[in-house]
Amino acid sequence: MQEMIRVDNLEKIFYSQSYMEIKALTEVNLSVPGNEFLCILGPSGCGKSTLLRIIAGLETASSGKVFYNGQEHTKPRREIGMVFQSYSLMPWLTVLDNIALGLEFAGLSRPKRISIAEEYLDMIGMNSFGKAFPYELSGGMQQRVAIARALANNPEVLLMDEPFGALDAYTRIVMQKELLRIWEQHKKTILFVTHSVDEAVYLGDRIILMSGSPGRIKKDIAITMPRVRERRNPLYGKLTEELLALLEEA
Amino acid sequence: MHKTIKTIILSLILPVLLMVIWQFSAWQVNNAAIIPTIGRVVENFINASDNFIGLGSIPRNVGVSLIRVLSGYTAGVLIAVPLGVLMGYSKTVQIIFETFINIFKPIPPLAWQPLALAIFGVSSIASLLNMPFGQNYVFWGNFKIAMVFLIGMGSFFPIVASVMFGVQNVRQTLIDSARVLGASEKDIFFKVLMPAAAPSIINGLRMGLAIGWACLVGAEMLPGSLAGVGYLITHAYELARTDLVITGMICIGLVGALLDSIFRIIANKYFSWESKTR
Repeated sequence: MQEMIRVDNLEKIFYSQSYMEIKALTEVNLSVPGNEFLCILGPSGCGKSTLLRIIAGLETASSGKVFYNGQEHTKPRREIGMVFQSYSLMPWLTVLDNIALGLEFAGLSRPKRISIAEEYLDMIGMNSFGKAFPYELSGGMQQRVAIARALANNPEVLLMDEPFGALDAYTRIVMQKELLRIWEQHKKTILFVTHSVDEAVYLGDRIILMSGSPGRIKKDIAITMPRVRERRNPLYGKLTEELLALLEEA
Repeated sequence: MHKTIKTIILSLILPVLLMVIWQFSAWQVNNAAIIPTIGRVVENFINASDNFIGLGSIPRNVGVSLIRVLSGYTAGVLIAVPLGVLMGYSKTVQIIFETFINIFKPIPPLAWQPLALAIFGVSSIASLLNMPFGQNYVFWGNFKIAMVFLIGMGSFFPIVASVMFGVQNVRQTLIDSARVLGASEKDIFFKVLMPAAAPSIINGLRMGLAIGWACLVGAEMLPGSLAGVGYLITHAYELARTDLVITGMICIGLVGALLDSIFRIIANKYFSWESKTR
């Protein structure tokens, strides 16, 4: 499969208030082929969110480059969508208008974008919630809408920054299943940041394990276990334990 | 239904108590120049269309005051809202204006009175528009530039502060998610920042109008004023017509509360999402 995202020797330095250099990322190299479900796993503060934000074009790298489809890329673009951890829906817009937001920015007429948004509302199984406002929805529903909103723009790549991190355990498992279903149906490349080993093992084709201060890629693990992965499968448990041990060292 | 009755009863306890104390003290003092009875004040409202102490009817005075406040307020809003938005949007604009504004902010609008009078004199909307002398001139002559300035000053500061706060405090995630959806800078401004800041802007407009209205009495003490509730109050005081003073005060209170409730209705209708989010 063709390479979709490439990250070359990326480095990110922040400056603290007292002008101390803080190296958030160093020597990050990454190649993501099309249609891959890549999980980026690491402890809090290892720079995995920063990496995702740089790939999205929301932050600039201190040095190194990001390529999308072979072209160098520094600014947000419609082909790369993103789902945030929480509270990213426009609270003054209805669910349907939120899903249609990217299409509005693209200049589509209202009837057109609403009809597309309705398709995606259907995809997330929330037909009866089109006219609801975000504050009327549960956290899981809000994240569903955020995913539908990103997909309605028909991006090639979907960046997900701990999208289920604020959900309760049960909702989280339901959402993981649903995300896999959507991914298989829509054939997107997904970069999924998480600090949950279980989530990474359940979802990923491949897991990039990161370690902190400065953030770097520690290990690149392909997961060949067929889907749907059963958590009671001994292989699943073995993988989880291995990763947990690695994470402890990280 | 039961609940609304309870709310009404509870909110009426203090006003009724005040009226009882008022009436009781009026009987005790027995001097209408100090505390008139409630009856005297109610009488003024019943005969609201009478010509009071040569200043015309109560509705006319309220109307004149209202136009004064609204013109000063409009001037304040037209400057404060765009400035507040720019200050919230651009750090540079904020730095340029903030210290400057902070120096002027603590000066009460009333303290501007002598200076306003010195600068604008008795020029009015009528003289500004070069109206020919006549009935129109007399009417529009009521609206002195100095008054408009004072009221505008009063409403300016709360609006600027609230608008700037609203624009600055738009959640970064909202801006980021619009960016990744392909929003241009213009989209970010009009489709994210403005609607997200709208509740703060409305709140600023509400506070601005309340303060502008509260500056009324000060503004109407300026010379050249011949009508308005504020003028009615000062003039009635000079004639020891305390009943009229109280009548004017009640008018100011009622109209102020009415204007405020208009904003409350707008906020509840269009911005209910704001109080329910988070």
